[in-house]
Amino acid sequence: MIRYRAVATFVASPMILAVASAVFFQPCARAGEGPFFVSYTHQMEEPGNLEVTTKNITGKPGDGNRFLGCALEFEYGVKGWWTSELYLDGQATGNDSTFFTGYRWENRFRVLPREHWINPVLYVEFENINGADRSLLEVVGTDGEDDLIGPNSEARAEKKREIEVKLILGSYFKGWTIAENFIAEKNLSHAPFEFGYAAGISRPLALTARAERCNFCAENFQAGVEVYGGLGTHAGFGLNETSHYVAPTLGWALANGTTLKVSPGFGVNGTSARLLLRFGVSYEIDQFGRTVRHLFRGVGGSQ
Amino acid sequence: MKIRRRIAPGVVRCAVRCLFLAVTWARGESLVDRAPARTTAMSNPFEGQDRARRAGAKLFARECASCHGPNGAGGLGKAPPLRQAEVYRAAPGKLFWILRNGSLQRGMPSFAHLPEPQRWQIITWLKTPAT
Repeated sequence: MIRYRAVATFVASPMILAVASAVFFQPCARAGEGPFFVSYTHQMEEPGNLEVTTKNITGKPGDGNRFLGCALEFEYGVKGWWTSELYLDGQATGNDSTFFTGYRWENRFRVLPREHWINPVLYVEFENINGADRSLLEVVGTDGEDDLIGPNSEARAEKKREIEVKLILGSYFKGWTIAENFIAEKNLSHAPFEFGYAAGISRPLALTARAERCNFCAENFQAGVEVYGGLGTHAGFGLNETSHYVAPTLGWALANGTTLKVSPGFGVNGTSARLLLRFGVSYEIDQFGRTVRHLFRGVGGSQ
Repeated sequence: MKIRRRIAPGVVRCAVRCLFLAVTWARGESLVDRAPARTTAMSNPFEGQDRARRAGAKLFARECASCHGPNGAGGLGKAPPLRQAEVYRAAPGKLFWILRNGSLQRGMPSFAHLPEPQRWQIITWLKTPAT
């Protein structure tokens, strides 16, 4: 049985933060990455804002045990053109164990200062995780269902120190958000380059905002679909033995700034897991950096 | 020699552009002035509509108030107050251009992720003088 209590705190942490922030910080903006879990758009975090998100995924691969992978994400807008994120990953597997699987540090850099039809963003990430990581934030190389089967004690012995780069292309067109990501990942030990892709399209259910503050109005819901999968390695580039998913997504932004997302991902070939259910909560704290600076100045001034 | 002839005009153009950017940056030219002239031809589809103004106030509180102040009066960080004559006088299309592109140099993000009608609703509220 999965130790749900151990991961419940992880999953609910943005909710806890939402309540705490409502007391200590400015009213929040809306977390704005749309309903996607895997695809990135070109939208950057606003300078000084901190967004806390949990991205969770559960599935039952073939003969393996059901698992729950969690990634707790802290996304901070350093500059208008630079967003930095820290991920803390953990997982729980039924009839097995629950533990911390590693961290990731990613940076996104906006290349062009103005909006264009297609807007490129460069993404660089360092991952220090182990083989038991189940957050599945991307699918690359020949990742497949087989990687999700097997005891944690063996999988966690594998160290994955990897550099991942992405070219993110994003567009907004008449209310539609369109994102295409091209992924290259390299284990820093002797392993080949692995490639992958992700693409998504989404749209709010209403383009015009209502005058009243509301939770259930159509403008607060975003629906879309994303596709993602692996493209092999530099030695064997292509679709052979790679896995691919199609995932409808739905995002719901509450009036208090909390955003809830859910996305069932359906594997489209034999290498993929049949169903992966993703769900997440995010909360954005406006001007977190400025508020913290003021707090410390206040402390310094009183001494 | 041929290569030098080909590269030289590009280098000169790049230098002129950098100089232009540096001068406009140093002069602190307002974003309204930097919006292209063609944007003045754009009109706000919600102009004068009370519901759009109220929706704009809601959107402003959510998206803009953390930097520009709760009522757009400024006073928070480097972001300028928006309750000023320059904004009231500006063509709606210029304000729309600013919302779409932002200014990375000045720390203003792009709000292109908001659907166009919502950006116009914010402008409808911005163009209503504060009471």
